[in-house]
Amino acid sequence: MPITNEITVLIADDEAPARNRLRELLDQIPTVRVLGEAKNGVELVNLAAEISPLLILLDIHMPKMNGIEAARHLQTLADPPAIIFTTAYDSYAAKAFEINALDYLLKPIRLERLQTAINKASKLSRIQLAALQPLQQTRSHFNVLEHGRMLLIPVSEVIYLRAEQKYLTLRTKAREYLIEDSLTAIEQEFDQHFLRLHRNCLVAQEFITGYERCHDNHGDHHYVALLRDVPETIAVSRRQQHLLKERLRG
Amino acid sequence: MTSIKQNPSFAVSVFREPGQHLPNLHNLGVCLRILLMVNLMALIAALLTAPGPGQIPQKMLEFSVILQPVLLLSLLLFYLLYPWLRKLHYYAGVAMVIAITLSATWMVQQTCIYLLGAESVSPLLRLWLIASIICLLALDYFRLRERALSPAINEARMQALQARIRPHFLFNCINAVLSIVRSDPRRAETALEDMADLFRVLMADNRELVPLAQELALCRQYLALEKLRLEERLQINWQIEQVPPDALMPPLILQPLLENAVYHGIEPMPEGGTVNIHIEVKNKAVYIHLSNPYLPQKHQLHHGNRMALNNIRERLMLYFDAEARLSSDCRNGRYQVEMVIPYHPGATR
Repeated sequence: MPITNEITVLIADDEAPARNRLRELLDQIPTVRVLGEAKNGVELVNLAAEISPLLILLDIHMPKMNGIEAARHLQTLADPPAIIFTTAYDSYAAKAFEINALDYLLKPIRLERLQTAINKASKLSRIQLAALQPLQQTRSHFNVLEHGRMLLIPVSEVIYLRAEQKYLTLRTKAREYLIEDSLTAIEQEFDQHFLRLHRNCLVAQEFITGYERCHDNHGDHHYVALLRDVPETIAVSRRQQHLLKERLRG
Repeated sequence: MTSIKQNPSFAVSVFREPGQHLPNLHNLGVCLRILLMVNLMALIAALLTAPGPGQIPQKMLEFSVILQPVLLLSLLLFYLLYPWLRKLHYYAGVAMVIAITLSATWMVQQTCIYLLGAESVSPLLRLWLIASIICLLALDYFRLRERALSPAINEARMQALQARIRPHFLFNCINAVLSIVRSDPRRAETALEDMADLFRVLMADNRELVPLAQELALCRQYLALEKLRLEERLQINWQIEQVPPDALMPPLILQPLLENAVYHGIEPMPEGGTVNIHIEVKNKAVYIHLSNPYLPQKHQLHHGNRMALNNIRERLMLYFDAEARLSSDCRNGRYQVEMVIPYHPGATR
């Protein structure tokens, strides 16, 4: 990280004492200025997108969205911050960090170690980012970049995802979003959460309420899935009809 | 925290000393050992009495006419009567086992006389003598075997089963104390004292039962430490007015459950929640009921939780056998654990 006059820092930790302690330590380093604190991953990503800090001290265990997932979302920002992970004890994650030369600090953190880590802190490389993936297989949120802002959409609110040329349309009760992702990757990531009702469409199981038989002009019929909270229906390809029926029977 | 010694009668009923009870006659391994041992003895007898090597199978067959029916009948009777036999004092049990074997011998001998005629069957007294000797040898074998194995097994299991605290908790605690050392030294002092007490118990030799009051005190100290970290996110609702403080239970049986509740129920919640602790005595048993909010996360395996529950379940088994139970389920968005422990009032000092 280029040491300019000042390193702007965000602290993310769900425990107030831990945040206070970090703040105390950071206050002793003259080149550092703390911009703010976040109690969970969602708060952090929103705050970071807004005030673009140079560095984030990121706790791994946090409610709502953990540090690993937050780091992945942060990477999609135009100017991603450098990240130093903090953890009380996590042999599994710590090992992965060690191997991939990711910066991490074990709590309780010593001032000297914090100083060293800040001096050599750097942005995550693509390889390091890929190494984080196995630690957090399923995301809790999708992120959408819209007019330079980052929106986080909880996976539980997603009703369906439909492939449209280069993008995916992501539908929630409120509205539609465009995201860059692949249906196949999402299907694998979330295992049974989404059903592949059509070649180009994944539907969240819990939003499927029923199905209907439709006739077209040629006298053929096909099935459409009915969804909770939205008026539109999803065409079900012939091959996937059994999935839908099984789901509704179970 | 002084440990309380149990009175002897209780110790006998709860922890039977190794080598002072009958082998588990419901256990397939035990039955197979008996079969094998008795047949080996018959083989030795055949080797000794057969005039030539060719006659050994012949001899074995002769013995088998009486031996196998007696053996199988005895095993069947043992199996049926074992629930009663195991409650007897060891020597009374030994006497009953011999009596059962002798009756089986008598029945088989009478049947053989009826089927084959009196002249081809050995006299009852000789058969009884043989049966008694075999019984004593077999029981002594089982007693020695148990003595040889059980201290090691018990030691190893109890050590392994002792609830292990999450390292995560230790380091978070130290971190929390560090954060208040300057701003609130008094609270830091109390927190360190609580930590010392908690770890003293965790590292102690925890094989003796402790009164419930002691376990509850430990739980309060543990929760005070968690409260330091989680602040108002952690709310506790104690409903323990009607609890006899002298009820004896294995140490560290409640604290790991609370640790689970905090780790899986409170920490994942941004706003936290309430842990309910309800304890009462009904029908000579202590009912401990815990519940915590629960975030259904399909993708997350609660491996740690299951491990802790299995650990506690196994320890309850070692102490109380089938008299205690532990169950858990999810209802109305809350995770609930119910533990039932037989109520043994301890000697309070």
